Amino acid sequence: MPTAEAAAPSPSPALLAVEGVTKRFAGVTALNDVSLEVRPGEILGLLGENGAGKSTLLKILSGVMPPSSGRIVFDGVEFNPHNPQDAKRLGIVTIYQELSLIPTLTVAENIFIGRAPLGRFGLVSWRKMEEDSRAIIARVGLDLDPATPVSALSVAEQQLVEIARALSLKSRLIIMDEPTSALTETEVQKLMSIMGRLRKDGVAIMFVTHRLEEASAICDRMTVLRDGRLAGHLDRDKGPSGGPIKLPKIIEKMVGRAASELYARPTLRDVAGDVRLSVRGLRTVRDPQAPHAIVLEGVDLDLKAGEILGVAGLVGSGRTELARAIFGADRIAAGTITLDGKTIAPETPADAIALGIGLVPEDRKHQAIFAALGILTNFSIAALGRYSNGLGFMAERRERQALASYRKALSIRMASPEQPIEGLSGGNQQKVILARWLARDPKVLIVDEPTRGVDVGAKAEVHQILVQLAGRGIAIMMISSELPEVLAVSDRIVTMRRGRITGEMPGIEATEEKLMELMALDQTQEATQ
Amino acid sequence: MTSTTEQSERGGINVARLLMSFGPLMFLALLIVVFTVLKPSFIDPINIFNIMRQISITGLIALGMTFVILTAGIDLSVGSLLAFCGMVAAVVAKGGTANTLSLSTFGAQGYGWFAALLAAVVVGALAGGVQGFAITRLKVPPFVVTLGGLTVFRGLTLTISNGGPISGFDASMRWFGTGLIGPVPVPAIIFAAAAILCHIALRYTRYGRAVYAVGGNAEAARLSGLRVDRILISVYVIVGFFAGLAAFVLSARLNSSEAVAGIGYELTVISAVVIGGTSLFGGIGSVGGTVVGAALIGVLQNGLQFNNVSSYTQSIVIGLILILAVAFDRWLKSRVRR
Repeated sequence: MPTAEAAAPSPSPALLAVEGVTKRFAGVTALNDVSLEVRPGEILGLLGENGAGKSTLLKILSGVMPPSSGRIVFDGVEFNPHNPQDAKRLGIVTIYQELSLIPTLTVAENIFIGRAPLGRFGLVSWRKMEEDSRAIIARVGLDLDPATPVSALSVAEQQLVEIARALSLKSRLIIMDEPTSALTETEVQKLMSIMGRLRKDGVAIMFVTHRLEEASAICDRMTVLRDGRLAGHLDRDKGPSGGPIKLPKIIEKMVGRAASELYARPTLRDVAGDVRLSVRGLRTVRDPQAPHAIVLEGVDLDLKAGEILGVAGLVGSGRTELARAIFGADRIAAGTITLDGKTIAPETPADAIALGIGLVPEDRKHQAIFAALGILTNFSIAALGRYSNGLGFMAERRERQALASYRKALSIRMASPEQPIEGLSGGNQQKVILARWLARDPKVLIVDEPTRGVDVGAKAEVHQILVQLAGRGIAIMMISSELPEVLAVSDRIVTMRRGRITGEMPGIEATEEKLMELMALDQTQEATQ
Repeated sequence: MTSTTEQSERGGINVARLLMSFGPLMFLALLIVVFTVLKPSFIDPINIFNIMRQISITGLIALGMTFVILTAGIDLSVGSLLAFCGMVAAVVAKGGTANTLSLSTFGAQGYGWFAALLAAVVVGALAGGVQGFAITRLKVPPFVVTLGGLTVFRGLTLTISNGGPISGFDASMRWFGTGLIGPVPVPAIIFAAAAILCHIALRYTRYGRAVYAVGGNAEAARLSGLRVDRILISVYVIVGFFAGLAAFVLSARLNSSEAVAGIGYELTVISAVVIGGTSLFGGIGSVGGTVVGAALIGVLQNGLQFNNVSSYTQSIVIGLILILAVAFDRWLKSRVRR
């Protein structure tokens, strides 16, 4: 790598400078005037809650999409990649959570994909390729046969191969998107030490994460985003000790003071309703063939009629899996679920729906909406039986009347019932999905990240709708990684981490700091705080 | 703040959507005009009815194929299945596999046209159900299952017929292929009636909504409580049913069930559906579009024939039209998205 460690104290010129970058999508500003810098030989942490704008910024830096406005300078030159290949060629490699290696090819083939070394007669020189690969992967501390197919590697090893490939491409900046989310503790340690080694070599690393301990342990500086805006920069303590950035400082920046003002906090009640849904000892596994890959373990939960139970957890904490298990979308390995005192065992979503459970899923585009279909069909699809006669013909007049009344009640802004739902803003799409379940009069409504991709104004509306529904006696379980949202509407809050429930408290007593600690920290590390 | 752009977008959507729904129809009208100018006798009722008779066989199957493609599936086996169902119908109609080349019906010991029809559609529906089962439960992609079916049904046909045709049906059965009601050929009436029924099923029933939903987003459909597997199986049953019905009409028209009937029909059928605007990715399309698509191919074939264009050239033209139709469709959609 060129510029090796410059004299430490004087800040070396930035390798990457993001200057006032803004990204707007139809109606939503995902990134608002964000600036940051990455210098050679440093690890910059990019932190923020879900929806803070991290992934949008990543997509811009990796050439997936251009910014709406603002400037990016990389290595002194304006950086305008047309596509991800372009960004790579210019020296920025992004390593995503979903790894991009081709599993059927060998390690060496993956490293040299598209640029295999040629030998005599213009044929691929396999020997040179393997020798070079061995040297390349040694840089990331991997000692394995380059002829091994990637499918035989663990996730951690695959990640290292990707990093190695990035290095062999002479990358000056490696962006890692949540690299530790699929790793074990020891693997995380190893990755950290390799990141440290690369830093010494003068490579710049942008570490995107919401694992605060890890970020604190390794990052030289941090940039925190909140609601698409820059919440602030944090530096490692100066001086001889050079202590890591303290967690409470990060949490304060991530959470912000202003955020809570966005959410009008309604009077939270101590709901004394009957227990509607009860979960005991719930366990699910990722793959029945590998019973040790536990997703949920020993989850106990009670949900009362008329209550909003907030479930706070980070990505990978098991919050979505909990919803899916209750809803019959994922297999349950152990444990019981009771609804109004009766044990239920929904094997499919259709079973759960028939029992009176509804789910507004996390990923609206892939799991909830029928993008090209009209709003009417999107609205009534879960309640076709209610809007059709005995012969199976749609009672369209009734259906349209129902949609019209929900349109009014939820103030859905739309052109016509025939309009494809993809033309609506995220907030209005979400209201249609809520109406879809309301049309069934559910007993239990699970909403997973109900305001993801929804702009601020509509967020408040969605929250109001949830509060109203609870008022009607529906038991609502609201899963969210946005703490202000959890605090704004939850009567009671449970936190999850690594497939387990880590805490429970009444909504009135909860603060963002308390929740963040329960969501993000290991019990052991908590003591040191 | 974005209201102006939104409005202009909406305007763009309207024009593009209009084109998307009426593009094939306008193209059909244009073709009819061109062919009429080239040869005025093209528009004679005799020729028009002739075209209707020609398109009714593949048109019937295309109706069923519309359901399949709406779910983002495909059925390549329909040509072979048509031959198989036709052979089954012939066996039932004649009371055996005797290869009576004589067109006389004397001495036929069959079970009559109704039993033949019933046998054809039931066998077709069952065959479709088996393929649907393989697709949903064995998780084999539709392309592969029905590619296998294409070979299997052809082989079954050749086995029961020993390779030859079974010919010579009674007049009551032949009427379904050659008869007229007023001036209108019976196959055209069957096609029209079936098209109306399919249109109603897709547009006005709960089932139709489910088909669109499964094709539009199978995961969302499952999470909305639809029994996705059942719906997928049902669309293959439907296309099988129509292959059976088409087989019956074709055998009645030719007064013969040929072991080599229907070769290459899957391509004409899929072309008709796709030209009619149904997306191979599922969720978008209509019966009306398929009817127009089938008519477009029929008019093109007939018109080219009328102008003494060789059948070799016809294939080239139809193939190119198919590609252009889809390219146009994609282009429109990219306009709508933006």
